[in-house]
Amino acid sequence: MSDTLSKIEKKTAYILILPAVFLVFSIILFPIFANVWISFKEVGLKDIRIPEPRAKKIVKSIKDNPDQLKVIYKLRNSSLILEIRDVKFQDKLPKNIKPINLDERCRVKSNKIYCDFGNWEAKYKENFQILLKSSDGKQINKKELKTIKPKLTGKSDNILLNTNFTFKNFKKVFFQNEFFDLLSTTFYYTFFGTIGSIVFGILTAQLVNQKFFGRTFMRSVLLFPYVGPVVALAYTWELLLDPYSGTLNNLLMNFQVIQEPLNLLGQKYLKINFFGFDLKLRLALTTVIIFEIWRYFPLAFLFILARLQAVPKELYEAAEVDGAGPLQKFISITLPQITAVISILFMIRFIWNFNKFEDIFLLTGGASGTRTLPINVYEQGFTISDIGMGSAVSIVIVALLLLFMFVYFKLIGKRVDES
Amino acid sequence: MKAKSLIYYALISSMFLFSLVSIWKILVTLQGVELKNFNFVIIITLGIAISLLNLIVGEKLNYLIKSTLFAFIFTFVDGYLVQIMPIWYNIGIFAILILFSLKTNKYSQKFLASEHSSQIVVFDFLTLFGIVLFSFVILFPFYMMLITSFKTQAALLINPLDFSINFKQDFKELFKSYFVIFDTYKFGRYILISTFVSVGTVIVTLLFAIPAAYAVARLNFFGKNFLSTSILIIYMFPAIVLVIPLYTVFSQLGLRNSVGGLLIVYTATTLPVAIYMLQGYFRSIPKELEEAAIMDKLNWFGIIIKIILPLSIPAISSVALYVFMIAWNEFLFSLMFLDNPNSFTLSRAIQYLSGDAETPRQYLMAGSVVVTIPVLLIFVYFEKYLVSGLTAGSVKG
Repeated sequence: MSDTLSKIEKKTAYILILPAVFLVFSIILFPIFANVWISFKEVGLKDIRIPEPRAKKIVKSIKDNPDQLKVIYKLRNSSLILEIRDVKFQDKLPKNIKPINLDERCRVKSNKIYCDFGNWEAKYKENFQILLKSSDGKQINKKELKTIKPKLTGKSDNILLNTNFTFKNFKKVFFQNEFFDLLSTTFYYTFFGTIGSIVFGILTAQLVNQKFFGRTFMRSVLLFPYVGPVVALAYTWELLLDPYSGTLNNLLMNFQVIQEPLNLLGQKYLKINFFGFDLKLRLALTTVIIFEIWRYFPLAFLFILARLQAVPKELYEAAEVDGAGPLQKFISITLPQITAVISILFMIRFIWNFNKFEDIFLLTGGASGTRTLPINVYEQGFTISDIGMGSAVSIVIVALLLLFMFVYFKLIGKRVDES
Repeated sequence: MKAKSLIYYALISSMFLFSLVSIWKILVTLQGVELKNFNFVIIITLGIAISLLNLIVGEKLNYLIKSTLFAFIFTFVDGYLVQIMPIWYNIGIFAILILFSLKTNKYSQKFLASEHSSQIVVFDFLTLFGIVLFSFVILFPFYMMLITSFKTQAALLINPLDFSINFKQDFKELFKSYFVIFDTYKFGRYILISTFVSVGTVIVTLLFAIPAAYAVARLNFFGKNFLSTSILIIYMFPAIVLVIPLYTVFSQLGLRNSVGGLLIVYTATTLPVAIYMLQGYFRSIPKELEEAAIMDKLNWFGIIIKIILPLSIPAISSVALYVFMIAWNEFLFSLMFLDNPNSFTLSRAIQYLSGDAETPRQYLMAGSVVVTIPVLLIFVYFEKYLVSGLTAGSVKG
């Protein structure tokens, strides 16, 4: 009895989860595996279009012969690279119209023309003509003839489905792509962005955890940058930071903080003289990191605030009785209470910042030394139009991501064991 | 009274005053008023003087009279000896000084003699400073976005620091950018598409996620543990690694440039977190209710509709709002999949607009306001639900 019940339960469970699992599998997991496949192929953006046989129909009248018409089909293979095999053509004729001197590749059957064009090589072109004659002496309706569209079918190889593989893409990724430059920029961006957002998260959480007028309002406001659409915020920042008409540069110059406008998003290095040392700051990268911190510290804030509010008040009261000042309370009560949250946050934010695409893409497009790995995926795939290379870079990202996750779950697991 | 506390108090309070006054000055400058100096030395000196006067006067005067008096002194010195400014500037300074004096009023000579007083002073003022600074840094871009949308290209080029709005011009002139983006750039259509995609994603996600989450939370089946761990791992995979295969497959299937294709992708990418959030909530519903329902011969469909759904309205709203926000703000997939202006979402439309260097910036900002306002309104109105969604879903972002 209970056996059948559990069988029913299992069956129900599978019915319930199947749609979701199927969707996630086809849109998330399948592409990740497909990336591996594509990354071993030489595929350009233009190759992924499936070759199609196409025909453009032109109808012409013939001089001195009003009951005859000439139809020209401009036939072509849409692909510049691939052949189409076994092209079949089909077009309908209005009633009472018969073709004369029909091409030997074609035949007529119940008001339809069928043709077998055989194989078309890449770039194939042909002007195919048919002469039409009205069988009842009435003039042929040109418009009606024009509106009927011919149908063409054919078979072709899909470059994505054949089994020609190559290591070229990975060779290029590691040896011709300034790979280590990419990697170091990505890590620089990820690391400082993560640290920055956590530091500001701690500061703001500490702030909002106190009582003051307008505290709930402040809490909402602090989340605005995270909730707002990235497109709107990135363009606003771009205008704000513009070297000539941007508010920030004009304000700084107005108050004589700087003499020359700074191209904060377009300049790779800024030379700074620091106590006699000439330092080179990655200016555009720093700006992008600051934007990232501005946009994502609210998350750290939210996490840490939730943790702080769970800290028992008695701890602070006891510390006060013991004569601890605010600094000491922060160091010996608050910090130990939030270290667990901070380490989780660090790892989560690290993984996500590592994959961040939109923010940099919208602010600099990857120029001026802000090219990270995700930006490179886009550039390879859609700017240089090399899908194979784009996939290869994606694979590198996935590999690094799996590594981070492995470390993450190891450490989290350890933490769970300890507690 | 300790000398150390006194010095800390005087310096940090005057620094705080300086930052308040400076932010006010920046805002004033942005109204097109010419103001070229923060007058660091003068403001700091005045600040120190007022802080010390506050200690000396102590409680000999009513605190309201005291504050007003200090504010008057400061405003007078600042306004007539340092710079001649419009009267509303001085009113602002006066208000800041009232606020400042009321804050400093709580410190007395006796307080500064107590233990940890210097630390407490520093912490207090840093808190105030933090509140002012963070509010300013966060709200300023939003403020700029809004104001720029009401200006004209010419006015912005003449004086990029003039953010004043002329309310005397007629309504049509003031909202010109909005009329233009709706008339010329078809933003009305994009709002409809964005709304359709976002609401559609919410509905489809919930339809898929609720049964799946119920199964994961309640039923026993082979591979359950594997499924619940992999939900989170799958969620960690970023959109950028999915883009190329999805682009190729969608191109070959003719799904690109279709709103439906976008909806499928959005649903799939938000499903894992939706399932994760919902199953956590479903677990907290007492099992006895369902057992009673089974006695009444309800099948799983009946259980979900009649028992689980009514009890999970808060969790479902959280998920719905979170998914809506993700779908509304999404950019990468809309950039990849849509190249036909007839099927743009709002985000994609704004990006397309910015691609043309000729587009005046006020149109860009008007578009940005249009895409930002709905999310911010929803956020402020449903903050409680969204915050719990954000916290649960914040592994992503």
